[in-house]
Amino acid sequence: MSAILIDRRLAIGGLLWLVALKGAAANEAIPAEVTAAIREKVGAAEASEGGITLKVPETAENGAFVPVTVTVHSAMRGEDRCTAIHLFATRNPTPGVASYQLGAGLARAEVSARIRLAEGQVLLAYARMADGSVRRAAARVAVSTGGCLT
Amino acid sequence: MSTPRIRMPASAKAGEPIEIRTLIDHPMETGLRQQNGQTVPRKMIVRFEALADGEMLFAADFRNGTSANPYLAFMARFEKTTALTFVWREEDGREYRATQRISVS
Repeated sequence: MSAILIDRRLAIGGLLWLVALKGAAANEAIPAEVTAAIREKVGAAEASEGGITLKVPETAENGAFVPVTVTVHSAMRGEDRCTAIHLFATRNPTPGVASYQLGAGLARAEVSARIRLAEGQVLLAYARMADGSVRRAAARVAVSTGGCLT
Repeated sequence: MSTPRIRMPASAKAGEPIEIRTLIDHPMETGLRQQNGQTVPRKMIVRFEALADGEMLFAADFRNGTSANPYLAFMARFEKTTALTFVWREEDGREYRATQRISVS
């Protein structure tokens, strides 16, 4: 009986820990120069969470070559169109990774690329929509070998 | 070096989503790297453009965080047979180009 109780407590603890980890990526303090780079590219519009997915490996063996896919939930027609996606690294020597401009001929608001990460850090993706709204996603990536020296 | 490669279907149905994958061999030197005590000079592609019949389909501005041999994949749809032009531009203005045609039925 007590064994079951402990198991359950462990399971709940593990679940809480996972939730905390996910939250941590979104709420981590962002260095000032990263915030400045974001302002410059994205503007002052308040970003909402949701409607955007940032897919990166939890652990990147080689920081010189980290696969990234950003998917924005958008019909890519009329007002529901994503016009730009911006990627920022919070702990690289330069915060801006890349910006993508999406034309009206795209079928989906989805971009895959390969990026460099100097060390383990939080990666941020921003999407600008045709109606002026901005969406944001964050993901934590652990890096085994830094990508700046190779 | 700097050979562009495009992977995409040669034909598609009107409005059908197709994937376009692009890759170019390029060192993307940031100018931050040291080799034998010397700084390796900066050499970067800073801009990529995909044009469909001359109109902007997809573009990218690269900064230091893009990997060597930049790879990009995106999804497009075409209503008619289209001529595609892909341009990669280095910081000093040097360009690499590739063209592709998709027949739409």
